[in-house]
Amino acid sequence: MKVLVAVKRVTDYNVKIRVKPDNSDVDLTNVKMAMNPFCEIAVEEAVRLKERGVASDIVAVTIGPKAAQEQLRTALALGADRAIHIETDDRVESLGAAKALAKVVEEEQPGLVILGKQAIDTDNNQTGQMLAALTGFSQGTFASEVVIENDKAQVTREIDGGLQTVELSLPAIITTDLRLNEPRYAKLPDIMKAKKKPMDVKSPADLGIEVASRVKLLKVEPPAERKGGVKVGSVDELVDKLKNEAKVIS
Amino acid sequence: MSILIFAEHHDGVLAGATAHVVAAAQQIAKESGGDIDVLVAGDGVSDIAEAAAKLDGVSKVRVADHAVYAHLLAEPTSALIAELAGDYTHVLAAASTNGKNVLPRVAALQDVAQISEIIAVEGADTFARPIYAGNAIATVQSEDTLKVITVRSTAFDAVSEGERASIETVDFVADNTLSMFVKEELATSDRPELAGARVVVSGGRGMGNGENFKLLEGIADKLGAAIGASRAAVDAGFVPNDMQVGQTGKIVAPDLYLAVGISGAIQHMAGMKDSKVIVAINKDEEAPIFQVADYGLVGDLFDVLPELEQKL
Repeated sequence: MKVLVAVKRVTDYNVKIRVKPDNSDVDLTNVKMAMNPFCEIAVEEAVRLKERGVASDIVAVTIGPKAAQEQLRTALALGADRAIHIETDDRVESLGAAKALAKVVEEEQPGLVILGKQAIDTDNNQTGQMLAALTGFSQGTFASEVVIENDKAQVTREIDGGLQTVELSLPAIITTDLRLNEPRYAKLPDIMKAKKKPMDVKSPADLGIEVASRVKLLKVEPPAERKGGVKVGSVDELVDKLKNEAKVIS
Repeated sequence: MSILIFAEHHDGVLAGATAHVVAAAQQIAKESGGDIDVLVAGDGVSDIAEAAAKLDGVSKVRVADHAVYAHLLAEPTSALIAELAGDYTHVLAAASTNGKNVLPRVAALQDVAQISEIIAVEGADTFARPIYAGNAIATVQSEDTLKVITVRSTAFDAVSEGERASIETVDFVADNTLSMFVKEELATSDRPELAGARVVVSGGRGMGNGENFKLLEGIADKLGAAIGASRAAVDAGFVPNDMQVGQTGKIVAPDLYLAVGISGAIQHMAGMKDSKVIVAINKDEEAPIFQVADYGLVGDLFDVLPELEQKL
């Protein structure tokens, strides 16, 4: 079974981002970029499926500027067999990304598509579900466990209040939650080998789609700063303040 | 120009989040005019529909009661909402795991974008939402005729009860050959739900292990609080992920948030910084959590917690 994995280039999760002075967007000049953490989990899951003999080959795909090829190379170093780059400098949001991925699904005919549940830049949490709608596939979002058996995927999902298990017919779309696995690091020899693995570059026009967003970004502002308060010296003082000053306990 | 709200419910009870979503819908309706309808989908949901009909500002409750909608699986539920969407300018749901699972699928079926987790309504087509784990707030404008939106419930005050709305049955039955419900394992607790609790007591890596979370229970009992955790505590295996407060977990905004042994990583703060009063207990006085805490107590939590429980 072929597995398609989508990855996104985002700011490194350790970076504290800043808003541009003109409030037009977040300032990404000279900011360290990396693969979205939930996408790392997606790649890892695909690689584990291959190690277990469930997946035959893994195709990594991304949509974004030329620099996003770095993240595809990372996916190749981690174990993907080949990569597809849909190159665009447009600001692509989830629906555009899902349309591009749906075209790739049509061409590649994977049995499973694995994506991160959300990207840590736009925090949308949409692309996987949208791809499922466009392909007409089943969806297992926020997965914490995936078992492929008898042409079905059993997906355990992280839901409010606990876990839900669903059985999906294949092909299926799966989006990863934090506890699905712990991604490995790429080893140096694999990083070297990844440079020789095949990468196709296409444009959205090649796929016959438009990816530009229909949501206008009017402005981006820093959040309201919360000011620190006071330090209290004892439990008694804390209880007193909560009762008599903040009045949040009685 | 009407608004459809996809109702959230658990265990046969309308979830509190829905009343918050109605509040967001009222703000949109003030700009765009039109009615607010609530869709209650599920299997055996007539009581839930009655509860939804009592929410202030709701004109009509539409009920899709059928086995295919049990557990609100995404495939049939999104087909149902897409079927009804033609009557509306806006479709709203809480940014719960249900809303997040179903609504983007609806949006794509309708070939429109989704605006996720709005925290403010600036106009009928313009909304504010957090990006980069709440480190920036984006104001976005939808150019689609149908706006599909998830709402961060903590950002809108719940509506109270009002005049009873009419209830009508939706006959559309989606077919679903794609997915099947297998089981659900829900944490059973007498405590309030994390997302809606008035008081939240959370533990971090400083708790040392899962056993020590018992120290929080006595305090939570006295305050009627829900118990949460930082991602560090979840990653360390102390407690399950559904207790996680933060950008990658639950977003909470209680009247009182007690952060114990939590250093205050950006991702955690994104999940609790809108709390009314924040208390931090940490032995490291340089911990970033103190920069947002209204009351900070520097001390060893193993000394502080028993004393606090006793004195509450």
